[in-house]
Amino acid sequence: MTIALIDGNNFYVSCERVFDPKLEGRPVVVLSNNDGCAVARSAEVKALGVKMGTPWFKMRDLAGKHGIVALSSNYALYADMSNRMMEVLSQFSPDQEIYSIDECFLGLDGFANHDLMEYGQAMRRRVKQWLGLPVSVGIAKTKTLAKLANHCAKKALAGTDGVCDFGRLSELDRSALFSTLAVNEVWGVGRRLSEQLTGLGIASVEALRTADAKTLRREFSVVLERTVMELNGISCMAFEEATPNKQQIISSRSFGSYVHDREPLAEAVASYIAIAAEKLRSQGSLAGMVQIYIRTNPHKADSPQYQRALTIPLSQASDDTLRLTRAALWGLKRIYREGFAYQKAGVALLNLSAAGTPQLDLFSNARDNTRLMAVMDRINGIWGRGTLRSAAEGSGREWKMKRERMSPGYTSRWDQLPLVR
Amino acid sequence: MNRHHVPDGAALPAARLFSGFPPPCVPLRNCPLLAGPVPAGFPSPATDYVEDHLSLDEHLIEHREATFFVRVAGNSMTGFGIHDGDLLVVDRSLKPADRSVVLAVVDGAFTVKQLCRIPDGILLRSSGQGHGDIFVGAEQEMTIWGVVRWSIHAV
Repeated sequence: MTIALIDGNNFYVSCERVFDPKLEGRPVVVLSNNDGCAVARSAEVKALGVKMGTPWFKMRDLAGKHGIVALSSNYALYADMSNRMMEVLSQFSPDQEIYSIDECFLGLDGFANHDLMEYGQAMRRRVKQWLGLPVSVGIAKTKTLAKLANHCAKKALAGTDGVCDFGRLSELDRSALFSTLAVNEVWGVGRRLSEQLTGLGIASVEALRTADAKTLRREFSVVLERTVMELNGISCMAFEEATPNKQQIISSRSFGSYVHDREPLAEAVASYIAIAAEKLRSQGSLAGMVQIYIRTNPHKADSPQYQRALTIPLSQASDDTLRLTRAALWGLKRIYREGFAYQKAGVALLNLSAAGTPQLDLFSNARDNTRLMAVMDRINGIWGRGTLRSAAEGSGREWKMKRERMSPGYTSRWDQLPLVR
Repeated sequence: MNRHHVPDGAALPAARLFSGFPPPCVPLRNCPLLAGPVPAGFPSPATDYVEDHLSLDEHLIEHREATFFVRVAGNSMTGFGIHDGDLLVVDRSLKPADRSVVLAVVDGAFTVKQLCRIPDGILLRSSGQGHGDIFVGAEQEMTIWGVVRWSIHAV
């Protein structure tokens, strides 16, 4: 097999820069929900030593000194640019596996007569020109090696101009390169595992590649054995073209400020149900259970703590926002306690089954809202989420997320298009 | 650039799609038109030939992935039919030719101008008789963000 992994460089920051060219060359950081921690950093921010996940309040001083621009996550923008990037890249191979918002695998079997380095450069050029986004390309025989090649391309450890093809390396060069890479750079080797491996004297990628796979399987897991085989060019991970349907759908968020009363809490829960139910319908599933939870802030030890979750089984599996909302609010009524400062609520849709095969309920007299839901999804698709919503969602939104530094909906809102002179 | 027309929904034969290098652009849809006038009043045999509604997306957008909308502020391009408040359809996949109307980035700001290659550099022309033109010398920084394909103007 020959596989390419294409990965966006500092993807969220790059998306912001496409529509605000003033950010080019400046240190930019994108913050997580509620403007919490750094989830994307430009090269300039990395150079200042800011680590992934650094809380915003801890880098404020540094930000003032170096003029770091901090932005709230603009997920509508990143999702749109991600979809465009995946479509552009799909022009380069009939086999594509979208792995995350900013990376995908492309199958390159049958491209043997192409110069793969040049083919990788063509991908880079096209994504850069069509979308303005920089990407790196790693090419190798297995997914694990392609991931590693991509890392080497991005860090300019091997390859040229953001493209690295391990097929170009002699065995000697490859061993030399792998000896310089720490074992935790390998896909699937997390911090704890890499500490354990280092303890056994397996500190570099090369040491892991040449380790005895059978022993590692005994000592650790079959997964690690497969990783070792993949590092040796034996493909053990299948290509998954279609992302499998989710087995559960979760929607949860921290509030921008503490919520005390049941009413705003109920509005939040209803709107999370609306988001989750829309996802449920788009993947053609029905939910058999609704789970809901609420909690106070566990990091504020001096204030009274409360958290509780409840799972509500439905008499008949459903994808109807109104039915799911009723179930969730029934649950909220049971678990809500007065006198607490709630910081977070969430819902999960569980026990999913394919729509079209619901188990019939003999005693059900529920209205069939299939057409209403289809209309609602269309309207919200055109005019934005929440345009048509259940009354339970309310309009107060005092619980809403804090996103004070969010850039405009450059590609998703008519009233927020980039202005040009 | 080499382009193939592929009917909507038809599978793309891999050999055809990847015969070019780099691969050819594939337009997203054909735009079917009804060939002749249709008599009203009874179920028309012509309905067999109606394939789709006309869609402005299909008319205005050639490369969906690379097409973005921007809003015009100001009157520097009225001579090119581009007015304050107009909506511009910008295609990033096109190579700007001499005299293309482009969206450029000069000193970190977006500007719509006509691209003119002149002997000692590039002139970004506005329609104001020399007023508002920008000369870009060899050492100056300027990026072409995309090529303006349409201006949508409310009458």
